[in-house]
Amino acid sequence: MNYTPPALDYAALAPMIVIFAAAIISVLVEAFTPRGVRRYLQLLIVFGALIASGVLIVLNAGTRTVTAGQAVVIDGPALVLQGAIVILAILGAALMAERSIDSVGDAFASRVSSLPGSEEEKQFTQRGYLQTEIWPLTLFAVLGMMLFVSANDLLLMFVALEVMSLPLYLMTGMARRRRLLSQEAALKYFLLGAFSSAFFLYGAALVYGYSGSITFPEIAQTITSKPGESLVLMIGLGMILIGLLFKVGAVPFHQWVPDVYQGAPTPVTGFMAATVKIAAFGALLRLLYVAFGGVRWDWEPIIWIVAILTMLIGSIVAVVQTDIKRMLAYSSVAQAGFILIGVAAASPAGIASTMFYLIAYGFTTIGAFAIIAMIRDANGEATNLASWAGIGRKSPIVASAFAIFMLGLAGIPLTSGFVGKFAVFAAAIEAGMVWLVIVGVVASLIAAFFYVRVIVVMFFAQPTEQTASVAIPSAFTTVALAAGVAVTVILGVVPQPVLDLVTNADVFIR
Amino acid sequence: MNPANYVLLSALLFSIGAIGVLVRRNAIIVFMSVELMLNAANLAFVAFARMNGNLDGQVVAFFVMVVAAAEVVVGLAIIVTIFRTRRSASIDEPNLLKY
Repeated sequence: MNYTPPALDYAALAPMIVIFAAAIISVLVEAFTPRGVRRYLQLLIVFGALIASGVLIVLNAGTRTVTAGQAVVIDGPALVLQGAIVILAILGAALMAERSIDSVGDAFASRVSSLPGSEEEKQFTQRGYLQTEIWPLTLFAVLGMMLFVSANDLLLMFVALEVMSLPLYLMTGMARRRRLLSQEAALKYFLLGAFSSAFFLYGAALVYGYSGSITFPEIAQTITSKPGESLVLMIGLGMILIGLLFKVGAVPFHQWVPDVYQGAPTPVTGFMAATVKIAAFGALLRLLYVAFGGVRWDWEPIIWIVAILTMLIGSIVAVVQTDIKRMLAYSSVAQAGFILIGVAAASPAGIASTMFYLIAYGFTTIGAFAIIAMIRDANGEATNLASWAGIGRKSPIVASAFAIFMLGLAGIPLTSGFVGKFAVFAAAIEAGMVWLVIVGVVASLIAAFFYVRVIVVMFFAQPTEQTASVAIPSAFTTVALAAGVAVTVILGVVPQPVLDLVTNADVFIR
Repeated sequence: MNPANYVLLSALLFSIGAIGVLVRRNAIIVFMSVELMLNAANLAFVAFARMNGNLDGQVVAFFVMVVAAAEVVVGLAIIVTIFRTRRSASIDEPNLLKY
């Protein structure tokens, strides 16, 4: 039997190949270089690879191709989302590289294997041991996300899902402080994540059984050519949706979000909140629009219901949170609901507005978590809302930046969040989903309450004894923070260039 | 034998795995149940490959085995860490994060 290997379009795959090569080199550096130089080598590799990958994506801007035996598709949405993932990963990596905020080092345990509170751990901390294991994990996670948004068959989508998730499970458990919480978050994230990806896989098996193919265009073809309703197809689609909606953190699969966001080291939370959402929504869009476009009338009501539940439950539960990380976690659940409105629209405008929203949300979120990492008391980060009272009087600049992020997430005009919400709502109204938009507006109002409450606490409450102080960050966090503020404001004031970018890239190759 | 029977068997295995995840309290057993679900999916893929008369499903099964092995590495690392910290692998005990 002759075997012809699939043709690879190396130019189109180059952004991902660069990240993959860097991830492997990063593992080798971790194993074979002396401790002293490791950090510098790793930073060089990580930032070098991410920037190189970003440049290659820009050079590829006009590429529209399907390659690697129909498995990988490089089209408009894939390129835009890959670019967004890479840029946000650079900011996320900058937060992880920060070593000035915490007096004893960075945000990660001096040795993850040491027991929390043990003599061993104290010694490692005293000796000032700092680890760099986070870097290869970060690169592999980024690779998985980039593959996830360009996967054109169910197999690659599953593999990319796991390549993205497995490093994140580990990164969640690596916090230097509050290690019990961090480990617990990792356990919960891992068990629930593995559970949901098993659903995804079984759903994929059923869809393969129905259509006889795992590539999206062929599945779409079978769906349009086979007559009648199919129970196997519907169950399969439902199970795949469980896997993907889990990753985007939509109700009723959102239970892991608050725990993981709260327990994970704050730089990892920021990185994950911004990039995983982009990757998962990218995959969801491609799957629903390309493979299951023919049964649109069957999945649209599901997305409707999930979007409504997600917006309302996320917003309402966030109102009663007292921990700022947990509040932002529920806020991210609510935001997932708003983005789902764009998915439900099932039109090119829906794709474009979803992508714009994801980009706007990513920058705002990463900036917000950068500030959470800076606001500290004697025990590390002060995440209790009570200890944020009066911070605006002590450090007006940092508090103002956080206020901008909160206004952005709330969707106040002149911020990126407003343009994003407006674009998503407009796309939904165009598709005739007025009721969904009304629920969205109501949920935005509820959400605005808790975003604005943080601003009130920061600026209008008197500082108390337990008010935290703001640590002075190094250039890493400062750059990420400045980028977050700049994008949040610029996308709110002059959104047109980015709107043009996403509108020019709103067609999936089938 | 009719390959459809294997699909039914895989559905049964998947259900046993899913119920195991939901009702068992030991992290290792929960994790084993997840692996059972993945392997049920493998069986379904192979049976469907036979029914559809192409090899895609069998190829998928190989990839899933590799992914499952990687998942075991990560999962056991996390579970062992929790066990060393808490001297227990019960998934009810880590309950600091809630509400």
